[in-house]
Amino acid sequence: MLTATKNPGQHPRVYGLMAEFDAPEPLLEAARRAREEGYRNMDAYTPMPIEGLAEAIGFQTNWVQRLVFVAGVLGGTGGFMLCWWMSVVAYPHIVAGRPLNSWPAYVPTTFESMVLVACLTAVIGMLALNGLPQHYHPVFNVPQFARASRDRFFLCIESTDPKFSFEETRAFLEQLQPRGVMEVEP
Amino acid sequence: MKPEDQESTNVATLDPGPDKIIGPGHDYGTVTDEISGVVLRPFLKTPPQMFIGFAIAFILVNLLMVAVTWLFVRGVGVWGITMPVAWGFAIVNFVWWIGIGHAGTLISAILLLLKQDWRTSINRFAEAMTLFAVACAGMFPVLHLGRPWLAYWLLPYPNTMWLWPQPRSPLIWDVFAVSTYATVSIIFWFTGLIPDLATMRDKAGNATTRKIFGVLALGWRGSAKHWARYQKAYLLLAGLSTPLVISVHSVVSFDFAVAILPGWHTTIFPPYFVAGAIYSGFAMVLTLAIPVRRWYHLEDLITMRHIECMSKVMLGTGLIVAYGYAMEAFMAWYSGGQFERYAFVNRMWEGGYWWTYWILILCNIAIPQLLWSRRVRMSIPAVFVIALIVNVGMWLERFVIVVTSLTRDFVPSSWGTYYPTIWDWSTYLGTIGVFLCLMFLFIRGLPAISIFEMREVVHHNAESEHAHRD
Repeated sequence: MLTATKNPGQHPRVYGLMAEFDAPEPLLEAARRAREEGYRNMDAYTPMPIEGLAEAIGFQTNWVQRLVFVAGVLGGTGGFMLCWWMSVVAYPHIVAGRPLNSWPAYVPTTFESMVLVACLTAVIGMLALNGLPQHYHPVFNVPQFARASRDRFFLCIESTDPKFSFEETRAFLEQLQPRGVMEVEP
Repeated sequence: MKPEDQESTNVATLDPGPDKIIGPGHDYGTVTDEISGVVLRPFLKTPPQMFIGFAIAFILVNLLMVAVTWLFVRGVGVWGITMPVAWGFAIVNFVWWIGIGHAGTLISAILLLLKQDWRTSINRFAEAMTLFAVACAGMFPVLHLGRPWLAYWLLPYPNTMWLWPQPRSPLIWDVFAVSTYATVSIIFWFTGLIPDLATMRDKAGNATTRKIFGVLALGWRGSAKHWARYQKAYLLLAGLSTPLVISVHSVVSFDFAVAILPGWHTTIFPPYFVAGAIYSGFAMVLTLAIPVRRWYHLEDLITMRHIECMSKVMLGTGLIVAYGYAMEAFMAWYSGGQFERYAFVNRMWEGGYWWTYWILILCNIAIPQLLWSRRVRMSIPAVFVIALIVNVGMWLERFVIVVTSLTRDFVPSSWGTYYPTIWDWSTYLGTIGVFLCLMFLFIRGLPAISIFEMREVVHHNAESEHAHRD
């Protein structure tokens, strides 16, 4: 039953297998070993950011900064164009003999628009790339996982991984000396 | 699952002394339990001081309701504003509140970039303070409009009158600066809260609490990939907020400095306004943090080190402000300008408001010099009283700038006086009530100290101890 599927590496019933650790260092080590072992579809869950962990599980390109840069350029340009258009095209009004396009006076608005658009993009972009808000995720089916937001550290190898096999992956996780290895219901 | 309950947190909540930013014996679990315990404890276990404080603040909110209703019924004439002082309390309070807000952004953004780890246990709290202070500040320009229901006219939008705001005016810069600042403050604060909301969701005892925190946490699960993007976004927000906070108070100072009025038309205004904002903001953080740490026994998380660091920042920014006052007076004399000189003579001893100037000097410059002494910085009551005095002093600074300058401009025929009415005072006290109410609700309802960042502090402490042993 456990191994009888079309793809022998996949298990029909589980989202993945999850190992629980007490501290960040063993988790980091476990993530590195899992990657060396050839596992690719996995994720680690921690109560706070751990330096080097994302790289250890194979996270490569962080798109957040690229998005924010583009948003900042667009926001700044938009802010300047708004000022220019309002005072040159839409409502030309000469004040104290200054030229209509008195651009130094547009600097504050340009700057504020740049910051506003960049900040909104940073947060919305981060959430979108993370796939949040998300109302359901299988990892929450593991009762012990409630402590992933308190003081425990988890590594989950997902069943979509080509190398995933219920018994072998379980054996591999067991030898990393976790507190326990749990099945994650899909 | 409910991993540990309150009783299991048996770490002594004692102040660890002036060198430590966290008490001894804390691990990831205990900091989590201690901070979330403040929110998850039963309603009736709330410290009685919170109820009393909230009740007083709520009375003030009702005072605001009455004052604002009367204002809407009768118009801005119920305030003491008149020609030539057309702004009065509205602008004084606006600048004061915005300034208070700035310390929150400074603590959360600039100190993050400077890797000051003592910011961790006060940043969430200070960010909330920013948010509520900006909300109070935002009320004043709108109430002052006379027809506040037309406040949207301030924004550029297509309209049948084909009118557009004037983007060369500091008042429009203000609209952009303050609305951007409010928006960025909200998202910065909420972004910081997301992982902690997930903690609250996982620790919540009853289903309703779990559901509320669950929705707010957006499904956060602490994935390493999520953390990587999260940290990048958070760092970028900090990097963008740092120049933002400086720009906001610079723009606020342009409201004055761009006008040609003697006493306003000076180039030192932007830096000295920014320093003053941070000065008053730190004073407000201390005013709020000192009682709260005592009521909730958070002495091991908000330690003497925090109090001392904040006192030092207050002393430093206070000296910049003192330099600003000195330079204003020097430039008035050195410029040789008749009107500029008179503005200062009037401000210091000739006009009817000379005493406000000297109380301001006493509150903002003389008394805070006590903070040079380590004994004063280590004394909670002394720091608390000095912080209150600075709050008063910074309010008086804006009063002096606005009122003494406006009552004596160029032509004696247009000179006047300004006295606030009871409705001015009610509106001002009312916004203090709004601010305190929101602060009390925030402390009771959301984790007031960043839990995940405290876990990082625990982690770094453990790492450095490990390094020492090796």
